[in-house]
Amino acid sequence: MNFELTDDQKLLQKTVTTFVKKDSPVKRFRDLRSDELGYSLEVWRQMGELGWLSVILPESVGGFGGSFIDAALMLEAFGTTLVPEPFVSSIVMAAGIMADAGQPEQIERWLEPLMEGETTAALAYVEDGCRFDFDKPKSEATKQGSGYRLTGDKRFVLNGHAAHFVVVSAMVDGEVGLFVVDSKMPGVTIQPIKTFDGQRAANIRFENVELEDGRRLDKNGKGLQALSRTLDRAAAAACAEGVGIVTTALKMTNEYLQTREQFGVKIGSFQALQHRAVDMFVQTELCKSSSIMASIMADSDDAIARQDAISAAKVQMVEGGRFVTQQSIQLHGGVGITDEHDIGLYFKRMHVLNTLFGDEEFHLKRFAASPTFLEGVEVAV
Amino acid sequence: MDLSYSKEELQFRDELRRWIAEAMPDDIAKKASIDAYFNNEETMRWHRILFDKGWVAPHWPKEFGGPGIDATRRFLLVEELELAGTPPLSPFGLVMVGPLLMQFGNKAQQERFLPKILSGDEQWCQGYSEPNAGSDLASLQLKAEDDGNGNFVLNGQKTWTTYAQYADWIFCLVRTDPEVKKQAGISFLLIDMKSKGVTVHPMDNIGGSDSFSDTFFDNVVVPKENLVGPLNGGWTLAKALLGHERTLIAAVGHSRRAVLRVKKIAASTIVNGKPLIEDPVFRTKIAKLQIRLRAHQMANYRAVASAQLGHAPGADSSILKLVGSEIHQDAFQLAMEIMGHNSLSWFNDDGVVPPSEAWVPQIASYLRATTIYGGSNEIQKNVIAKWILGMPSK
Repeated sequence: MNFELTDDQKLLQKTVTTFVKKDSPVKRFRDLRSDELGYSLEVWRQMGELGWLSVILPESVGGFGGSFIDAALMLEAFGTTLVPEPFVSSIVMAAGIMADAGQPEQIERWLEPLMEGETTAALAYVEDGCRFDFDKPKSEATKQGSGYRLTGDKRFVLNGHAAHFVVVSAMVDGEVGLFVVDSKMPGVTIQPIKTFDGQRAANIRFENVELEDGRRLDKNGKGLQALSRTLDRAAAAACAEGVGIVTTALKMTNEYLQTREQFGVKIGSFQALQHRAVDMFVQTELCKSSSIMASIMADSDDAIARQDAISAAKVQMVEGGRFVTQQSIQLHGGVGITDEHDIGLYFKRMHVLNTLFGDEEFHLKRFAASPTFLEGVEVAV
Repeated sequence: MDLSYSKEELQFRDELRRWIAEAMPDDIAKKASIDAYFNNEETMRWHRILFDKGWVAPHWPKEFGGPGIDATRRFLLVEELELAGTPPLSPFGLVMVGPLLMQFGNKAQQERFLPKILSGDEQWCQGYSEPNAGSDLASLQLKAEDDGNGNFVLNGQKTWTTYAQYADWIFCLVRTDPEVKKQAGISFLLIDMKSKGVTVHPMDNIGGSDSFSDTFFDNVVVPKENLVGPLNGGWTLAKALLGHERTLIAAVGHSRRAVLRVKKIAASTIVNGKPLIEDPVFRTKIAKLQIRLRAHQMANYRAVASAQLGHAPGADSSILKLVGSEIHQDAFQLAMEIMGHNSLSWFNDDGVVPPSEAWVPQIASYLRATTIYGGSNEIQKNVIAKWILGMPSK
């Protein structure tokens, strides 16, 4: 057992932490809330130049071959100041699934510019009436000549409003296929939407979009497997960013309790509030521990062990994240309700992360249905 | 980062498992298989078996007779013993006064007491709480006065002294100076339970066992050589105890076994032709508990890995007692809920309820103690608020 970071990881953590503190304070995100893009393409390109967008991708596709821990370190730091660049949608999801399922010419065509920060991307898999299930999309692709014709509706596509291309899941010949669609192609209608936390996404309609054969990613017939694995990583990513959120919310609340005075004393001297703060601390620590477990397991090829760990972490994160951010507002009192105060931004981002890639109910059910759940237990019949 | 144990560590774990399975006497193994409560005789018998093997005090350094194993192996040893359902050893000698004597005792005290703690030849109990000194421990009143002839004379009472009726010795916090700030007038004293004037009144606890006692001191004469640490320095010793080996009180093994017990009961309880573990509400409740346990287990792994590297216990390990005690309680509470009417049974003959459920009501009751002893969880929160979060005092 070893929880120490490697020297490379320590360096990465230091660089990213310095970046968020100096170049991306919460104020930057606050200002970008009224921007139609919602993030900065210049910052995105910088991230590409620094190599951050290729760290976790395998060397076989031109990445640095790092582990998911590297992504978790970045995301945790991003969470502390609500960095809005589309790292999860473009890198963890779109690039991740491409690296998993794509062919060399597809990697060269789409993945390389993405890793350099020249483009952004999205993964469109959420559909109306499916909640968090992704294994039977209603979107459909039918064979046409040497290519495909794609029709379907996708909702809440992260970065869908701005992505240069979108990876779309659709049923094709009874299995889940993955297709690369350029946003500007005929038949693609993008409806930009604003999200709860002040970021952007899109609902996207694909109507008889004609796709050449080279736009189908899952030549290996493992589309569903790649999608499942990618969404596990996205859930682990949400946990890592969530750790950044809860640690920051706890820190802000702690500082507030130690400066705000009422009844002539610091309110942090009241036992009721101290115990609430300790409850928040306990939840934060449990979230951290769970998230580390999820990050370590995110690279595992053992799908069952991976899903057990990630579902457990997501459930813990939802519960702890909800408690910590709600109580942060509570302990800030009236000022916590103002939009002017940052604490509300963390509360909202936490809800978004808690919902994305499977909420508490989804992951609790999956965990309880895992074959490992009955290990060592004989069920009577 | 790496979650797995090394090959050597896994070998050690396998060796532990094999040995435990062979070493447990049949009657103890039988009780372990249904998670029954162990009495003092059974506990001490197991103590001596572990002593003979050299594993009775995982965290003791080699110079004092410990096995001299590293933090990871210490953790594995404790966890495997817990997972196998072996009798939990009395902590008063091995975990509390023993390590305290190593840190603060003089050579004569170490040589006199440590070997017999290790062998189990002498049993210990703890004299901290008094009727009017529970969470406010520092207000304790058991008076120890200098008789001018090299002795202290003790008058007063201790309470909730677990297993005082079986103990050969008691370690006490006593009042040696009533005039100063309350924490500054306390000393740490070792008292022979056979001394004239010591009376023990055992009482039942809510779990239906006789583990508790009132202990009375009536002009009890204690030689000054039994003072540990400086006169009036007892509070420092009491606080030092709280910092010892937090990873071992996380009770991860106990809780893992408890969750497995919950599953086994749910899997064998048939309702309307279906096992209760297939019921979505109960299954979800069990899953939630297991998820909380996994998070706790990971927190404990982090603390173990940190100890392995020789780091002092950090802020993250301060939550382990708080969380571990609650999970252990919640597991047995859930078992009670799943048992339904069977949870209403209290010490009945065989056959009234299945053997694997017979002990659950007693243990669920007694486990209410885990959030109280060793500093109630509310006191733990006060400590964390002050020392870790840096909250101001009034």
